[in-house]
Amino acid sequence: MELYYLTAHELHDLLVDRQITAEELCRAFFERIDAVEDKLKAFVTITRENALARAKEIDRQIAAGGQIAPLAGIPVAVKDNLCTEGVRTTCSSKILYNFIPPYSATVITRLNQAGAVILGKTNLDEFAMGSSTENSGFFPTHNPWDLERVPGGSSGGSAVAVAAGEAAVALGSDTGGSIRQPAAFCGIVGLKPTYGAVSRFGLMAFASSLDQIGPLTRDVTDAALVMNVIAGHDPLDSTSAPGPVPDYTAYLQNGIKGLKIGVPKEYMGEGISPAVKQVVAEALAALADLGAQIEETSLPHSEYALPAYYLIAPAEASSNLARYDGVRYGYRAEGGTDVVDMFMKTRSLGFGPEVKRRIMLGTYALSAGYYDAYYLKALKVRTLIKQDFDRAFASYDVLLSPTTPSPAFRQGEKVADPLQMYMSDICTLAINLAGLPGISIPAGFADGLPVGMQLIGKPFDEGTLLRVAYTFEQNTEHHKARPKI
Amino acid sequence: MDYEAVIGLEVHVELKTKTKIFCPSTTEFGGAPNTHTCPVCLGLPGVLPVLNKKVLEYAIRAALALNCEIAEFSKFDRKNYYYPDMPKNYQISQYDLPLAKNGYLDIEVDGRTRRIGITRLHMEEDTGKLVHQGTITTTPYSLVDYNRAGVPLIEIVSEPDLRSPEEARIYMEKLRSIIQYTGVSDCKMEEGSLRCDANVSVRPKGSPEFGTKTEIKNMNSFKALQRALSYEVQRQIDVLEEGGRIIQETRTWDEGKGVTLPMRSKEEAHDYRYFPEPDLVPLVIDRRWVEEIRASLPELPDRRRQRYLEQFGLPAYDASVLTSTIELAEYFEACTAHYPDAKTVSNWIMGDLSRLLNVHNLEITQCRIRPEQLARMLRLIDQGTISGKIAKTVFEEMFATGSDPEKIVKEKGLVQITDEGAIAAIVEEVIANHPKVVEDYRAGKEKALGFLVGQVMKATRGKANPELVNRLFKARL
Repeated sequence: MELYYLTAHELHDLLVDRQITAEELCRAFFERIDAVEDKLKAFVTITRENALARAKEIDRQIAAGGQIAPLAGIPVAVKDNLCTEGVRTTCSSKILYNFIPPYSATVITRLNQAGAVILGKTNLDEFAMGSSTENSGFFPTHNPWDLERVPGGSSGGSAVAVAAGEAAVALGSDTGGSIRQPAAFCGIVGLKPTYGAVSRFGLMAFASSLDQIGPLTRDVTDAALVMNVIAGHDPLDSTSAPGPVPDYTAYLQNGIKGLKIGVPKEYMGEGISPAVKQVVAEALAALADLGAQIEETSLPHSEYALPAYYLIAPAEASSNLARYDGVRYGYRAEGGTDVVDMFMKTRSLGFGPEVKRRIMLGTYALSAGYYDAYYLKALKVRTLIKQDFDRAFASYDVLLSPTTPSPAFRQGEKVADPLQMYMSDICTLAINLAGLPGISIPAGFADGLPVGMQLIGKPFDEGTLLRVAYTFEQNTEHHKARPKI
Repeated sequence: MDYEAVIGLEVHVELKTKTKIFCPSTTEFGGAPNTHTCPVCLGLPGVLPVLNKKVLEYAIRAALALNCEIAEFSKFDRKNYYYPDMPKNYQISQYDLPLAKNGYLDIEVDGRTRRIGITRLHMEEDTGKLVHQGTITTTPYSLVDYNRAGVPLIEIVSEPDLRSPEEARIYMEKLRSIIQYTGVSDCKMEEGSLRCDANVSVRPKGSPEFGTKTEIKNMNSFKALQRALSYEVQRQIDVLEEGGRIIQETRTWDEGKGVTLPMRSKEEAHDYRYFPEPDLVPLVIDRRWVEEIRASLPELPDRRRQRYLEQFGLPAYDASVLTSTIELAEYFEACTAHYPDAKTVSNWIMGDLSRLLNVHNLEITQCRIRPEQLARMLRLIDQGTISGKIAKTVFEEMFATGSDPEKIVKEKGLVQITDEGAIAAIVEEVIANHPKVVEDYRAGKEKALGFLVGQVMKATRGKANPELVNRLFKARL
């Protein structure tokens, strides 16, 4: 297989065996980027010089004879809502088209300390609001399995970079499915950790109580390796969980005998395409063959997850995005007659339509006279949804569902109908509301397009998710497929 | 009709922690614009607030000193509104679950004690500062300084228990005194570390119902507070007397014109869209920690004043003045440790020392006279080395230079002349030179003696022992 299609742990083995240098690896990935990026548009910013300098430095460290850390020299792509010191970070928004942060996100600092080589910043739906990367303020990204189709979103650029061999692994962020849904659409692994498992410091906030950063990778082992680097308490994020961090690779065990898997019937019902149902049913059969006990269960408040999410997330976003006003950084519209006029012009021209829609929705939900009926009620629904999961986890080790109702849809298909677009996250939203870990892994194909299945775990039980995912992966071939581009 | 005022105050106090409430930037006052900042207090994208534990400790300390109940569970909320001095266009504050509530403080008005309720005390971050060229409406551009953004504040909201502008001023002074005692703030109104807004209404005396209130802003001194409230109370009475209605609105105090002016109406009021701050975890406040903080509180002004009455036998007025700030009280007590006559010490502190501090615009903490030096000077008077009059000169020199009183007396030759022979000679000389005055005195003009004594003092540059001079004149004439 081509170098650029190997997993991070395979590349690591090559580095350890001195079969390749970090610089050669880096150049190989840039060659790949040069070959396919025009068609895919996964990156907003490519940091070629920085990356090559970094790779050479890693080579010097390797030559000096140190231990080679698992991600040392590994080419990585990061979503462009993660702040990178000295490197433009845009959130794929015109309002931040020129913003260069004077600090790095904690996950970026940790990647750098681990020796990873960051190749560039990947495209997303503006401020991570969207499910197709068509809401990018710059350009859409294309699915490597079918360039006419969307890669999913909002971490579409990161998913495409990994799926198409433009990076070995990538970081994304997930507020309602933004890691898992594009991972499913692009045929790779996407893990959204438990809320609080990974520091959010330096992640440009969309909805603070829902956002989590996580890995997009070609296999489950790589996901565990990335988690080993990025997870753990951060004094700069009060919501990051204290306590020791496990060695996530310790959960990569092939065996799920007796493990109890619940399948919520609400996630397999109306709205899920027959092709997806078929793939998930086959995956369930495979898991049953591997010794898992599989039962149907119920999460009765599931139908309220989407409306609750679309009150809570926009409410927080309306406040989080208030700072983009043209005063201190980013885009400022010309011709403002006074400060309020400058605010309005800047925000009118700087934000795209979906971002404006959510700011208005959220502002409305928090307004006097509507707060109780909308925002407060949504918080109560959120509690009910959490309780649904608590009850289910009293009986099951993990829950399993499709990641998305359908495989990747066509570019432009849902742009005119926001509700249809929102529905593509119907299987993933509730997991963020409950703060739980969720992983999407390749489960099969429908009409040549990848289909993902989602495993949902108890809080901070990424370990069991990784074990189930790893076992499935070791006994199936879906994760080995690569798009022909 | 007889009216009474109903006033409640919202007081903001800056806490003097070393660093800001949610980031490591310094809280130091002044500094070149935007130098006391970091990505967090500038509200850059992706940064997160982390609560400074010292802020919580200081806020609890202030709340306990104000007899508040400390919540077991509290949280922060976002107050959303757009203003360019707010880096995030929201302020992290506390809304429905404040840190503390149900407190009080006692004030003395016309010799009576009045208990003023404190509704709540909560923590929040300060905003930056806009600098306009000219006025806000005509300026071609405005400059913004974020040095103050993120400085910790506590907001203390009183019950509408105050019944006159004077009571409001006394409440503020008492509040300042208590907070200063706790050491959590300098409470300097001129530097903005103590600020206050007032809710004001009037009603017929004895009526149980509240009138329509206005909110008064921009009162930047204790004097301004009392003046503004006096104006506003009278304005409201005049409106009612003329058969008008009070409009609920926010008004600003114009110090130059001495009037309150409308700023915004109720309809124009912001909808702050408060909601729980998702970037901070709720606070569960450990009771043992609260008790530790309570145990570490100093003796507060009321109790200290009482002790001064009992322990030192001081008049009520002296006790009040000396306990008005903890620094003055500590200075006083340090003096009495070296010189036990408390009333004499009090006289010097409240008299000459206060006057000199005022003239030179200094705080007691900047005073160069150490308490034991003041005590030594008082002993020089007792020993007859210097007269009370000379002591004032010595004291001024001590104040200016910080020198020891003995050294000043010696260097300036200020030792009192008590040699009877030497003074008697001068007395003879004065009698010889002023026969007319001597005659007047002998004729029964008591006042004439004063002139003669004065001549001796003049001749000795004030160093003659005045009692001795008097005695010698009386014996001789």
